[in-house]
Amino acid sequence: MTPEQADRRILTGSHFMNGDTACAEGALAAGCAFFAGYPITPSTEIAERLARRMPEVGGIYIQMEDELASMAAILGASWTGARSMTATSGPGFSLMQENIGLGAFTETPCVVVDVQRGGPSTGLPTLVSQADMMQARWGSHGDYPIVAYCPASCQEMFDLTIKAFNTADFLRTPVFVMADEIVGHMTERVVIPEKDDIPHVERKRPRVGPMEGLRLYEPGDSLIPSMPRVGRGYRIHVTGLTHDQRGYPATDAATHDSLVRRLAEKLTRHTAELTEFEETLTDDAEIVLVAYGSTARSARRAVAVLREEGIRVGLLRLITAWPFPAERVAELSERGCSFVVAELNLGQMALEVERHAHQSVLLVNHAGGAMMPPAAIIEGVKEAWTCHRERSWSTLTR
Amino acid sequence: MSPREIVVDAHPLDGLLRSDRLPHIWCPGCGLGPAMACLAKAMQESGIPIEKHVCVSGIGCSGRVAGYLNVDSFHTTHGRAIPYATGIKLCNPDLEVTVFSGDGDLFAIGGNHFLHAARRNIDINVICVNNFNYGMTGGQLGPTTPYAARTSTTPYGNPEGPLNLPHLAAALGAVFVARWTALHVRQLEKAIARALEKRGFTFIEVLAPCPVGFGRPNDLGEGLDEMWFYRRQCVVDEDARLEELDIDMSKESAVVLGNFVDRERPVYHPMGTEPPERRERPVVYHPAEPEVRAREAL
Repeated sequence: MTPEQADRRILTGSHFMNGDTACAEGALAAGCAFFAGYPITPSTEIAERLARRMPEVGGIYIQMEDELASMAAILGASWTGARSMTATSGPGFSLMQENIGLGAFTETPCVVVDVQRGGPSTGLPTLVSQADMMQARWGSHGDYPIVAYCPASCQEMFDLTIKAFNTADFLRTPVFVMADEIVGHMTERVVIPEKDDIPHVERKRPRVGPMEGLRLYEPGDSLIPSMPRVGRGYRIHVTGLTHDQRGYPATDAATHDSLVRRLAEKLTRHTAELTEFEETLTDDAEIVLVAYGSTARSARRAVAVLREEGIRVGLLRLITAWPFPAERVAELSERGCSFVVAELNLGQMALEVERHAHQSVLLVNHAGGAMMPPAAIIEGVKEAWTCHRERSWSTLTR
Repeated sequence: MSPREIVVDAHPLDGLLRSDRLPHIWCPGCGLGPAMACLAKAMQESGIPIEKHVCVSGIGCSGRVAGYLNVDSFHTTHGRAIPYATGIKLCNPDLEVTVFSGDGDLFAIGGNHFLHAARRNIDINVICVNNFNYGMTGGQLGPTTPYAARTSTTPYGNPEGPLNLPHLAAALGAVFVARWTALHVRQLEKAIARALEKRGFTFIEVLAPCPVGFGRPNDLGEGLDEMWFYRRQCVVDEDARLEELDIDMSKESAVVLGNFVDRERPVYHPMGTEPPERRERPVVYHPAEPEVRAREAL
């Protein structure tokens, strides 16, 4: 990278910026060197921005023939040492799932941005939903660890994209930015910090040289193996088959169980550091409203209005959907709180809230196509407040 | 000379094979062994350092080659070896990237990627072992199965026509196109050597016996019998009309072999212009240098 290219990589300053564009700038600031994608509404502005910006900073942009190819290409790129990314929406996210599994199983860090639109199928190409949240967790076959961030503003499109790269390199796994059409397409202030103020986590590199018998998947204490680069003489073998620590295929029950368990455990061991959420007025809350992404903006408004009316409601905003803040939800539940979940799907993260709160929750939702209005959330919370006060929760129907 | 006297401790290709993974999974009479040996030999003699060679495979018997070659190697998902290789090559143009896979992997499930990598003229090599069927899963119909041939999923004979792979590759703009067989190892090795030397998208089809999956149901006999078939039926014609290269595997028709295309075309570069020198490396931002440990917490 030349000095001019380095100067162009991080556009330090205050900008009025579209959310998709902020995501692209976040990728550049994180050092993303390779973007492969396929245009799809409402994520296309990310590709367009990077098509223009990547060459300015010595990075590579390529438009692939489909999303299967995009996902495969960013995995290959990752093994050269490059930070790599793709961006898509629901239909493309579905096509990427098999190679997301390959990335998780071969421990290949990369970032996948899903700017969610209404589904299933072609659904609502230009309109919002948040209905890919469970797909993000379980979309590829088999058990594997996943981290997914939910930006609620253009600033977070920038910040959480950087964080996604750092988490991907730290954990050695694909990491998702689960944006939605509203966050992707709105425009607001984005502050890009100085280079030195942008957090950077290094990918763990082997401590042994190429001829010193590196075991490609030696987990070490952290359960996260070091990652050599292709072309450095390590003669690695990377396979999507169940593999032993050398990376060689070993398709037996014992090896499979120990590998799949380690992959799960490398995430659970770091759950506390990785789980992120934001609480507003939950200290004395009796009703906890759970929301994320663009819906959290309406939820914030709803809480302000309801507080003025004396209703003790607080907001738990998910910043990571995965890992889910299970412990915090359990604590709030034990304290006696009731829960309302607002989301643009028929109840996906609500399942997780119910699972950890050990109680039914009130859903405020629709299947997508329009922003969640604060009024709908206000109405839902009021209903929940009545039930909560009268201890008549069981009379509520979903 | 007694057999005992010709036993040797080392094979000339030992350095190129992962001996700790042998024996391989392939059936007796399979054509993959000779094809892999030709690639290994061509790599060894390419003048390119072995650590700069990368082999990428998809799924199937041919897909196992990546696991046996002692170079940096990737055994990816079914059909996706070419885009995976594209990501590697674009980010590190120093590497010599070869995709080695089968006819079903590259031309059925992965056909679209072949089309576009060839059109873009990505600087990778694609070697396709064509055994006319899906061997690993027990001999099902593939995109190169000859018309009327019997497979386990075409019990009444194949109602589809097969792809003519050299014609397809040439039409898409591949800069080097060849077809040889598992019998023609000298010619095949030379063709691979030429592909490794060339810049741009190269394609080599290797016809190979699959006695268990395809040979027996189609009266081709064992592996050796199919080698005899190639010996009898093959004709080397480098000026052949590519549209006439269809294969029906009948005793009445010739199988045409040769190095059919060897030409230059602008190689894909993200900025549209080729770098001035072969293997010149564009600036790629590598945020993490070797030997740097990850921070324990974010």
